Amino acid sequence: MTDKTEIISKLNAYIVTELLKRPDKTIGADEALISGGLIDSFSLVDLALFVEQSWGARIDDTELNAETFDSLGQLADLIAARAN
Amino acid sequence: MSTLASTLIARATEAPQQPALTFVERGGEHTISRGEFLQAAQAYSSRLAVAGLGAGDLVILVLQHSLDLVYAFWGASLLGAVPSIFPFLTEKLDPDLYRQRVKTLVEHSDARAIITYPENAEPLSELLSELPVQILVTGATTADFKLPASEISLQSEGLAPEAIALLQHSSGSTGLQKGVALSHRAVLRQVQAYGKAIALDPQTDVIVSWLPLYHDMGLIAGFVVPVLTGTHLVLMSPFEWVRQPTSLLEAIGRHRGTLCWLPNFAYKLIARSVRPGAEFDLSSWRAVINCSEPVYDESHQVFVEKLAPFGFSADALAVSYAMAENTFAVTQTEVGKPPTVDVVEIAALQERGEAIPTAEGKRVVSCGTPIESVELAIFDVERNALPERRVGEIGLRSEFMLSGYYKRPELSAEAITADGWYLTGDMGYLADGELYISGRKKDLLIVGGKNIYPQDLEDIANRTAGVYPGRAVAFGVLDERLGSEKVVIVCELQEGADPAAAEQALRAKVVQETEVTVGDLRFVPRGWILKTSSGKHARTDNREKYLSEFGG
Repeated sequence: MTDKTEIISKLNAYIVTELLKRPDKTIGADEALISGGLIDSFSLVDLALFVEQSWGARIDDTELNAETFDSLGQLADLIAARAN
Repeated sequence: MSTLASTLIARATEAPQQPALTFVERGGEHTISRGEFLQAAQAYSSRLAVAGLGAGDLVILVLQHSLDLVYAFWGASLLGAVPSIFPFLTEKLDPDLYRQRVKTLVEHSDARAIITYPENAEPLSELLSELPVQILVTGATTADFKLPASEISLQSEGLAPEAIALLQHSSGSTGLQKGVALSHRAVLRQVQAYGKAIALDPQTDVIVSWLPLYHDMGLIAGFVVPVLTGTHLVLMSPFEWVRQPTSLLEAIGRHRGTLCWLPNFAYKLIARSVRPGAEFDLSSWRAVINCSEPVYDESHQVFVEKLAPFGFSADALAVSYAMAENTFAVTQTEVGKPPTVDVVEIAALQERGEAIPTAEGKRVVSCGTPIESVELAIFDVERNALPERRVGEIGLRSEFMLSGYYKRPELSAEAITADGWYLTGDMGYLADGELYISGRKKDLLIVGGKNIYPQDLEDIANRTAGVYPGRAVAFGVLDERLGSEKVVIVCELQEGADPAAAEQALRAKVVQETEVTVGDLRFVPRGWILKTSSGKHARTDNREKYLSEFGG
């Protein structure tokens, strides 16, 4: 069982610490990550690798775009559906 | 007289069956022979000729990274017209703003035709209806051969060597877009001199590139050089590469690739993307040339460490200093051995502009020596030439400098001095004849290979609700994880403004207008931002203040 709130909290911690280098921040579950200009193209690959290592959920490179996931909530749903 | 067109025809005629290019797309790739390549380009020539275009006419290509773009470029060239590639709309950019930029470009450059996709033709035709420009669509085929090919290529035969061959759009700030005009003589001479500098062998070399064609590194090194020398080119999409950076390594293994050009951030991105257990064969790779962004020794080290198990050798590391105004390369390190790293005293470099060798200090990576015909000088503010190991503005003279900025005589006069020097706006020093870059005189940020002006970012901040107008400053700070600069914006907010709303609005606006993501955004109390007496932002001072207060 993987809890969505828990996934979001872990994703948030990774993004603010490793990618944004702003551990003081919290990203809202519905905040636009890609189209909102929070995460750049060069960090999407890092995020995908983090997801793969943490939950074993593989995100194909064709899915690294705002259409597949543009918020922590959407990404957490995708992880919950694919986690092993 | 040779032109780009006559050289292309010569390559296709001498070996029509030889592969010209392998175009890699998701789900497959296909190889096009030189003969097929020429014919596909001629279909575009014919389409342009039927539309009444001819030698000297500017043709703007508003196309994605695709075979259509490749053929349309050479189609225009075969006609003696002047092709110019405009970056295509991406999902991040605001489409209306994007089309407005196309319009501005057409107005300023007096373009005679645009080639774009059918779905893009209608909104553009509407927007450009007042201007004397034709909108042509893609999909040219042999059915377009309404004129004999021989008649079309005749048009380019009468061209003078000084005729403009192509335009590269130099990164001016958005209001100041300028087209770097390059003559046939300049481009062909650069191809020859640069080929020599990297010991290019069209028989055995294979160039692999994912670089966009609207940028000098992608256009010249990763496109014009292979096509005109008859070197097999494996061309990948920049958009697909950024989502799967190791696809470059796979393509090198598959095609026994030997040469590649990469901006510094790509070294880090590729290294970070190699999954445990992955397998590649990089034994054929003889040079990977770092170009277009500041070069960091640490990025090279990480790259070598990660890729050595797959047969990559540190001897394949190389660096080039290049710019559109010089067609492409200015300098190149010797291929086959790693670039020299000059270790100098940090304080002396920053405070006195002197590069004093020391055991522990700043590690500056060499950009190599000038390629054939290039003369380099380091100038002080009064434009006196400085001796070795003294930092100044880098000036250059060569046989492949720009003819001028297209239709912008005032800018051209400013860029080149009476005695023929082009002042680059980059700061650096020479040591043992090798060039080292230490900074930039111009206010420019290079973020993930993309050039952006801080003024444009500050302008966006000033237009954002909540930001106190005139109280925003933008600058770049090295992001070690990325191996590139990141954009920092510091602003003062109006009283009662909601910081979360202002942050979301500003971040979204920056990405929609520039495609660049803000690395760090800070809201500071009124009076935090330092201003110079002239009222102009002291970006350097504010950057120092940011670093001491918020760290890197």
